[in-house]
Amino acid sequence: MSSTELPSSARTVVLGAGIVGNSLVYHLSRLGRDDIVQIDKGPLPDPGGSTGHASNFLMPLEHSKEMAFLTDDSIAQYDEMGQFTLSEGIEVARTEERLKEMKRQLGSARSWGQEGRIIGPEEVKEKVPFINGEVIKGGLYQPNAGTCDPLRAGEIMRERTEENTDGYQIFPNTEVLDLHVEGGEIQAVETDRGTIEADEVVIAAGLWSNKLAKMADKRIPLTPAVHQLISVGPIDRFEEKEGEIGYPIVRDVDTQMYERMHGNDLEVGSYQHRPIIYDIDEILSIDEAPLSPTQPPLTEDAFDQSMQDALELMPEILDDPGAGIRHEIDGLLSVTPDGMPTVGPMDGVDGLWACSAIWIKEAPAFGKNVAQWMVRGYPDVDLHASNVNRFHNYGTSDTFIKNRGAEGYKKIYGIVHPAEQWQTSREVRTSPFYSRQQDLDARFFETGGWERPRWYKSNEDLVRKYHDELEGLFRADEWDQRWWSPTILGEHLHMRDHVAMVGDMGFGKFDVYGADAVEFMEKMHVGRADVDVGKTVYTPVLAENGGFVSDLTFARLGENHYRIITGGSVAGSDLQWYRSNAPDSVTVVDKSEALCTLGVWGPDARNVVDSVTEEDMSDEAFPPYTAQHITIGEVDAWAMRLSYVGELGWEIYVPAAQGGSLWDTIAEAGEEYDIRPVGMGVYGATGRMEKGYRLFGHELEVEYNPSEAGLTFHGTKDADFIGKDAYVEALEEDDAAKLCTLTVDDHTSSDGTRRFMLGEEPILDQDGNVLIDDEGRRSYVTSAATGPSVGKHILLAYIPSERAQEGNQLQVEYFDETYPVTIEVVGSRPLFDPNNQRIRS
Amino acid sequence: MVLIFVEHDGGKPADSSLEMLTLARDVADQLDAPVEAAVFGDGEGLADELGQFGVEAIHVVDYDGVETYAPIAWAESLDQLASAVEPEAVVAPGSERGHEVLAHLGASRDIPMAANCLDVTVGDAYEVERQRWGGTLLEHARLSGDPKLLTAAKNELTVAPAAESAEPAVEPFTPELTDDDLAVRIDRIEESDEEGIPLGEARIVVSGGRGVGSAEDFDQLEELADLLDAAVGASRAAVNEGWRSHDDQVGQTGAKISPTLYIPCGISGAVQHMVGAKGSEYILPINTDPEAAIIGHADYAVIGDLHEVVPELNETLRERSD
Amino acid sequence: MNVLACLKRVPNTGAKIVLTEDQQEIDTTNLGFTMSPHEECAVEEAVQIVEEHGGSATALTLGSAEATEQVRTAIAMQADEGVLLETDGEEWSPRNTAGAIAEFVRDRQEDGGGFDLLLFGNESADAGNYQVGVRVARELGLPIVTSIKSLSVEDGAVVAEREIPRGSEVYELDLPAVVAVKEGLNEPRYASMRARMQARRQEVEHVTPERRTDAGLKKIRLESPETEDSETEILGHGPEAVPEIVRVLEDELEVI
Repeated sequence: MSSTELPSSARTVVLGAGIVGNSLVYHLSRLGRDDIVQIDKGPLPDPGGSTGHASNFLMPLEHSKEMAFLTDDSIAQYDEMGQFTLSEGIEVARTEERLKEMKRQLGSARSWGQEGRIIGPEEVKEKVPFINGEVIKGGLYQPNAGTCDPLRAGEIMRERTEENTDGYQIFPNTEVLDLHVEGGEIQAVETDRGTIEADEVVIAAGLWSNKLAKMADKRIPLTPAVHQLISVGPIDRFEEKEGEIGYPIVRDVDTQMYERMHGNDLEVGSYQHRPIIYDIDEILSIDEAPLSPTQPPLTEDAFDQSMQDALELMPEILDDPGAGIRHEIDGLLSVTPDGMPTVGPMDGVDGLWACSAIWIKEAPAFGKNVAQWMVRGYPDVDLHASNVNRFHNYGTSDTFIKNRGAEGYKKIYGIVHPAEQWQTSREVRTSPFYSRQQDLDARFFETGGWERPRWYKSNEDLVRKYHDELEGLFRADEWDQRWWSPTILGEHLHMRDHVAMVGDMGFGKFDVYGADAVEFMEKMHVGRADVDVGKTVYTPVLAENGGFVSDLTFARLGENHYRIITGGSVAGSDLQWYRSNAPDSVTVVDKSEALCTLGVWGPDARNVVDSVTEEDMSDEAFPPYTAQHITIGEVDAWAMRLSYVGELGWEIYVPAAQGGSLWDTIAEAGEEYDIRPVGMGVYGATGRMEKGYRLFGHELEVEYNPSEAGLTFHGTKDADFIGKDAYVEALEEDDAAKLCTLTVDDHTSSDGTRRFMLGEEPILDQDGNVLIDDEGRRSYVTSAATGPSVGKHILLAYIPSERAQEGNQLQVEYFDETYPVTIEVVGSRPLFDPNNQRIRS
Repeated sequence: MVLIFVEHDGGKPADSSLEMLTLARDVADQLDAPVEAAVFGDGEGLADELGQFGVEAIHVVDYDGVETYAPIAWAESLDQLASAVEPEAVVAPGSERGHEVLAHLGASRDIPMAANCLDVTVGDAYEVERQRWGGTLLEHARLSGDPKLLTAAKNELTVAPAAESAEPAVEPFTPELTDDDLAVRIDRIEESDEEGIPLGEARIVVSGGRGVGSAEDFDQLEELADLLDAAVGASRAAVNEGWRSHDDQVGQTGAKISPTLYIPCGISGAVQHMVGAKGSEYILPINTDPEAAIIGHADYAVIGDLHEVVPELNETLRERSD
Repeated sequence: MNVLACLKRVPNTGAKIVLTEDQQEIDTTNLGFTMSPHEECAVEEAVQIVEEHGGSATALTLGSAEATEQVRTAIAMQADEGVLLETDGEEWSPRNTAGAIAEFVRDRQEDGGGFDLLLFGNESADAGNYQVGVRVARELGLPIVTSIKSLSVEDGAVVAEREIPRGSEVYELDLPAVVAVKEGLNEPRYASMRARMQARRQEVEHVTPERRTDAGLKKIRLESPETEDSETEILGHGPEAVPEIVRVLEDELEVI
């Protein structure tokens, strides 16, 4: 019926006209994209997705840095369009545990530069007079919270897109039937109005995204889930107030609910009910749905308890017989296996992007950051936690998504420990060592789908053995010791004294082949790639802005053959990065699941390994930072002599099928030296932190450059590489901040308990002000771990350069109390074995 | 024989009765039987017109008190007439009275009745095609009973004179009724104090939907209606918003209208609305969304914001009339 | 005043209705259910009458066990009690439905709990048969009037108005009586939270009626009518289209 025909081609096709799609086209047009077609199967301005029924409030405080930054940016965007109403917000606490959690939330707020204050029940009641003060113990007040109109904002953004470029067309009521992919590249979008060729296709279809991704044989792991929502009115008290909201938004977090004024109604929403997960196919079409596809009828029995809780909290207005339930829905939103959005370029199909936010409050910022990512290669905000490729080779089955989505649903307003483990869909990825580790009563944590021992209960004897050395490092507070064990500290000291085996780390392992492999590897890395065969190189991987895309180690296996080893949780995004940058003459092969890794480290590592290899393992024959093929027992292996824990030893790689044999051979050979398997608690935390080794996603993010991170040891090579200009500039300029190693001087809290920070806490000066560098970046703990060999609790943090002097006294805030800390090291010098004698021994 | 129940206003048959005649004649043709009509009140003058529609006899029910509508008495009269003339089928219009009277007949004889039929194939049992869901769904069903009781869907069948007109005999029929039969009857008629043209009678209807935005914004539509001698209608959305009274509602649960021209403004055209509007001869929506369903149902359309188009149209029409 | 409001559970459909493969039913797999809009008004009216005159409002439905949900909706709207005439969920003919309801009303009467007023929706949203109320009234020997959009109870009688162009026909029926009502009769209330919660806990009386044999109207199949888009002439965009509108009104349609 439209007079306008779908064009036959476009540079960029955006699928979806919800708040995300609209933000995306707008920001793309701002950045100069001028050939954009936007498609939605629904009508405008409300195509029928989650945007149309969202509760539209924005509470800024978040534990996640990424989400906090994106929420703040989204508020600014809504506000600039005149679509933000400042209402303030209060999370109320019904329990002491929640009050404690709010103190922790305040810490995160200071880390991310957000405002908040804990207030008593009286002050809550002053701000929200209709609340039942008897059932609450206090509240977390958020002065910058408010509401928005995402449909109107979407219209404005589309209008602005039209103003920005003549090359923008929007096609509502147009359904995508297929995505055409050829040779690993997106080719075209087939719709019920014809086919449109495209260089770039972005799936911004909210809870329908996975359906579209499947058309390209890809997965975007999200599923529709119900969020129950009712609207009660008319409320007399609200009639006196102007506008849509005149009282602070209330989140009754202990009952997983919220209440907000909306015109003359009170909107009552809940995440408390049992998770109700939908199949995309169960969602009605626009034509079939009485309200909208994403507003199926309320499942009443699931809402019983929520009504009771709401009545208890706000009896004055909700128990008025004149106020009726005027609107009630099972509102559909997206949930993902880990609660984070799914955005970014999709590995395996060049030109295909995902951009699915979850909440209204971060949606415009995702549109903006993904637009930046598409146009200039990197976003303002590091989005690794939302990277769609984080579910690499796992976690995209419907079963997995549903299990984790349902489990994560309960965490939406929950008190979630940073190390909290998932209970469902476990044992999805196990290494060949798994059954042996189970026999040793390993405690498994999951990363990137891999089951990795965090510690072994069989090593509990080591705690007794090292009890004296560990004096002062035992944790007394329940929160601090949750998902932690002192056995980790015992395992650590045993490794430093004897020998330990660590496996599998769940690394991403990619082999790079091809005539132009050297050039390609040069282009991708700060470190020189044209090294001797057999050398290993630890190097930053940069974006064009000189910020971190990753950090990893590669080894040259042959003239035109390299092997890249990277962290398990970033394997998917790194693989995408390499593949999308590789020329046709270079092949990147994923060996992440084909190979397994066993680390053998400690003073006795050579004795153990040498006894079972055919090769000479001496320092001369197998120097540090080199790699060789060796034979261990009956297994052909490949080994790198290096260590993330700062010890003599090797990372040994064998085909997964031969892993069991490798483990048994090493374990048997190690018996004489009391070799112990030790967990990731040592490998990823205590060991690496004593060595000051950086971890991508913690110390290394796109907001920081290698100079600030203290990773300048490569200097500047002649060959060009991605981010080189920015890197050179960063080397030449003064750093705004420097990554420092700090230790806690006094752990004693006001009630006398010794407290241990877990990470992401704000760093304060002596006056209690959070440190902020010249670029506006705030100092917070990027990683925290106890260092048993140095007898201290270690924190890493970027400190503004003018404050970054060794010996400087600062403070760290934890649960609303401060603790003195000292800068031990500025830069990357290890606290333990600063000259790396152990590795080189 | 097919007996039909004809409603009329002072000798002028109601549109719905004429529509019904199209169906009744089809049934009669299949049966190779005549159509005879039952009428209440002053049937003088009906003969000519009904004759053109093929009615071969008119039975004027003659009983003191039945000239005023009294559903039970009317149904009872029809029942007795049916006993006398033994029709194969009794067909009534899909009007309020048509449904009510036929339902009584069905109840008193304990036989089924098929409401809102569109098409009938006669046989031992009749195969009927009838409306469900206010016309958004069709049902094919088998109707038994003697006689077959049918009402004809409103605003669906084309009014068409018979190929050969008849000259119906007008015969009085005097039923035997009791006071009880007349207990339910129109006690009085109350005139509405509402001004303007009723929706059902208007030649032009101007309607507003969610796109109007507020009760106040209906003023523009009122003015347009004034200038066009039109009635003002509303979609269910606008009624639910409280902008208009339910009396104005056009649609499945509101009025089913049949004007010459229907001008829906800011109405998307959901099926439930179209069920009420599809009797319109021409539809000319004013809507911002060229993709809206209403455009698909329209003969003419203006793509634009009614808040801009309607005032301009009013201005032009005012100037013309000055 | 004891008022009975009869209602029917119907799927809450959108613009497009999808049928099951055998074309016997609407595919309700992913649909919610509601009561017909006319009946919502019947329930509201029953409650209002009882609020004004005292007595008790009873909401009744005939249907599967799931139809209890709609009875509870009526209770949440302040009906005092609920009754389910429980069937296997198959569609009952108007005749059989009316028979079961009439029998229930008679049983109640024998137990001394007769109704003064029985309210029905004029026609159900789904089947649209226009006759259950009439059949119940005839079986019980009560007066009935249908298509009612205004109703009041005074002095043992019910005054009911049916809308006609430019006014209304007024009927007066002695109680006990039956009235079939239409949407617009009143504005049905929204249930309060408390009422909703209480309704969920309230007992609903279950009666298992016997189904009469019925030649009736036998469904063969359902069908979605074809909707054909007409050829639409776009007269223009925005206010610039006005001269063209006037030309069409004047020359083509000849309405001005």
